Amino acid sequence: MVVDKSMELKGFDKSVAIDQEEVLRPKMVTVEIAGKKYEVPEGITVIKALWYSGQEVIRGAGCLGGYCGACATYYRTKDDPKVRTCLACSTAVEEGMSFTMVPPFPARKAIYRMAELKDPKQDLFNLYPEAPLCRNCNACTEACPQGIDVRDGVWQAVFGDFKKVSEMFMDCVMCGLCVPVCIADIAPNLVALYASRAQGAFFSEKPKRLHDRIDEIAQGKYQSEWNRVLGMNEQQLKDVCAAIK
Amino acid sequence: MQLQALQDLVHTTRDARRKQTLPKFPAAERDQLIKKYHPDHRENAYRLITFGPNAGEKTVRELAALLEGDSPVPAELDLTPTHSTDVLVVGGGGAGCAAALHAHAQGVKVLLATKLRLGDSNTVMAQGGIQVAITDEDSPVQHFLDTLKGGHMQNDHQLLKTMVEEGPSIAKWLLELGVLFDRDADGNLHVKKGGGSSKPRLLTCSDYTGLEIMRVLKDEVLNQKIQLLEFSAAVELLSDGTGACTGAILQDLDNKRYFVVAAKTVILATGGIGRLHIQGFPTSNHYGATGDALPMSYRLGAKLLQIDTFQYHPTGAVHPEQLIGALVTEGIRSEGGHLVNAQGERFVNELDTRDVVSSSIIRECEEGRGVRTTTGRIGVWLDTPLLDVESGAGTLEKHFPAMVRQYKRYGLDITKDPVLIYPTLHYQNGGVQIDVNGESGARNLFVAGEASGGLHGRNRLMGNSLLDLMVYGKRSGRTAAERAKAMKHGALTLEHLARFRSEAKKHGGALATHSPMLFPDYVRKEG
Ligand SMILES: Cc1cc2nc3c(=O)[nH]c(=O)nc-3n(C[C@H](O)[C@H](O)[C@H](O)COP(=O)(O)OP(=O)(O)OC[C@H]3O[C@@H](n4cnc5c(N)ncnc54)[C@H](O)[C@@H]3O)c2cc1C
Ligand code: SF4
Ligand code: SF4
Ligand code: FES
Repeated sequence: MVVDKSMELKGFDKSVAIDQEEVLRPKMVTVEIAGKKYEVPEGITVIKALWYSGQEVIRGAGCLGGYCGACATYYRTKDDPKVRTCLACSTAVEEGMSFTMVPPFPARKAIYRMAELKDPKQDLFNLYPEAPLCRNCNACTEACPQGIDVRDGVWQAVFGDFKKVSEMFMDCVMCGLCVPVCIADIAPNLVALYASRAQGAFFSEKPKRLHDRIDEIAQGKYQSEWNRVLGMNEQQLKDVCAAIK
Repeated sequence: MQLQALQDLVHTTRDARRKQTLPKFPAAERDQLIKKYHPDHRENAYRLITFGPNAGEKTVRELAALLEGDSPVPAELDLTPTHSTDVLVVGGGGAGCAAALHAHAQGVKVLLATKLRLGDSNTVMAQGGIQVAITDEDSPVQHFLDTLKGGHMQNDHQLLKTMVEEGPSIAKWLLELGVLFDRDADGNLHVKKGGGSSKPRLLTCSDYTGLEIMRVLKDEVLNQKIQLLEFSAAVELLSDGTGACTGAILQDLDNKRYFVVAAKTVILATGGIGRLHIQGFPTSNHYGATGDALPMSYRLGAKLLQIDTFQYHPTGAVHPEQLIGALVTEGIRSEGGHLVNAQGERFVNELDTRDVVSSSIIRECEEGRGVRTTTGRIGVWLDTPLLDVESGAGTLEKHFPAMVRQYKRYGLDITKDPVLIYPTLHYQNGGVQIDVNGESGARNLFVAGEASGGLHGRNRLMGNSLLDLMVYGKRSGRTAAERAKAMKHGALTLEHLARFRSEAKKHGGALATHSPMLFPDYVRKEG
């Protein structure tokens, strides 16, 4: 197999494998994008398939790494009636797949001042009065591309176990896919974010070591050390750094 | 050999490798390695900048073209503002949100404009953590020295000292906002060891540190009702005719129209340059990482620093094809993961600085000890299953859930099999020169975060960027707000641009392209 050396070392995927040698040319598959059929290389991500088919994507592209949730997408695989959700930047296309990006959904986010909350577990019911009205349909959990048990998370928030919520939703990329499906008009991700923030701000221990360090700095504990280090000439400083293990 | 056989070699050599300790390279050898293999030293990738504040200095061709590029804005554009604010923050990543929040807290009017949605950024992807010196065995001074060493002694001392000293109070601020850093059993903040640092100093939120910080800051920006313009990209700055910044021209990306924002002070927090794909490298960066602050500030007369050095993260994915360029967190190496060549051997101390580790991987590959992927790329192994072997089954799953998930999506189990990696373009070490309050060489123009330069020298240490964002987001936000309180709006002109254009005309080849780039062009045109 002859491969152009520069290509091999750099491996830039501007157009995925499109510019690669014939021998490396991947198999093409047919996918349906918002109702139109296109031929795209097998295995590229959904977002790259959009680019490949000539479409500009601005709304719908963000981190391109599976972290920001900008690329929420509905898709269906060949002959399977089940419509699933995915992150377009992190899902590979396959033969017969159909997909459409999900537009932003006008969910209501409650406005609060963390520092001014008195009783965050109670305040949840003022900020998100719909949260306890969950009807257990489980649609949110099924919609979550991160595999979070969203329904359970909503209940844990309602029961006041904010710690559990914060742990469950650490993977949440805020794609919002759990929101439009909710028959009780709950935005589970926003409820969880509120609970997680409250967990951090109210119900976590004050880290003593950190506070001690802040005091030490304020009291000038490191001043002499700074004077010594900043007073060094270039060579001395270099030697000190070279000696660091 | 087949890929499978090469992969098996990683399993069969594991026990022998575990007994090995690899010393770091002696200084001379390390310098030679970097000179020979680091992409920063590929002479033909560079050229001299022909005019402007950095005339005569060298940078990569991709960036030089943008710096000498033309503004998309027509000279006769109507400069009547549609928005007027005290502080305009451009960029909705970590630095931009921090700047906006701190400026807002000073009681001034803040407008935050960003190219994608709020939070769609590099910040949201940071996995490794944020460096803050809090343990008894550690100190801000040690943090300073480690960073200086990592930056090849080229860091701005004042910027660096300020950052390390303000680290602990930044951690406190984040905690008060509700950021959930990992804890030790006694309630103290848990610290991890990062590459190039002599002490464990990384605060983490599992391997979702950036996501957690970004989620919280974003929520707070909304709670504070800071005026927000999403899908609005800055394309040109405005000046008063004497070189001071007075606002910006933005483009509404939904209808492509330009509009003018009058601002007393402007903070550019537009992040890095990965999507320029310098030297053809894949990148770990987000879609909008096209270095927009650099040409915009440059045209206004601000000087740039250390724009000839970039960070290539040692462990970018090269397989499967869908993950090209994506980061495999350094945490895996911090926790003991080995780098292994096609012969089943280690070849570098995995915890050496990023430039050293990247150079050594490139060396292995160029000298024929790399592994070819099924799509013709080349890389070396990162022995991920080793972590479970060392620290017990479930270790990877527990400490690196994001990483396990990233591969699982494509049917690969990193707890069972090693992964193939190659350096990926990750970070812009330099940027717009700033002072200790984040102000650039152009008056009333502030720059914060990855877009700024000087603090990290010629190589940024892991975890220092998130701290940089928070510290200089805060300092620039506060200073820009205080400044705005004491002044009136300036005249809105494109005088600097006229000057830039006439200067450019004297140099052949300048103005050949438009900048800022805003997005890489991935859309296939023919077919
Ligand atoms: C995958 C990855 C992992 C990392 N891990 C770590 C880590 O563990 N620890 C660490 O300390 N650092 C890490 N870094 C580095 C760090 O995350 C970044 O350097 C940092 O987040 C940059 O923050 P920022 O606010 O300056 O830029 P960004 O977070 O990139 O934000 C820039 C914002 O500006 C917007 N923007 C850009 N251009 C324009 C324009 N023209 N007009 C309007 N808006 C614009 C963008 O859309 C974006 O919202 C990592 C980086 C990456 C990519
Ligand atoms: S919980 Fe909701 S917002 Fe979060 S990742 Fe799952 S579907 Fe997306
Ligand atoms: S979708 Fe709504 S109603 Fe259904 S389980 Fe989830 S939160 Fe409850
Ligand atoms: S673009 Fe960020 S998750 Fe897909």
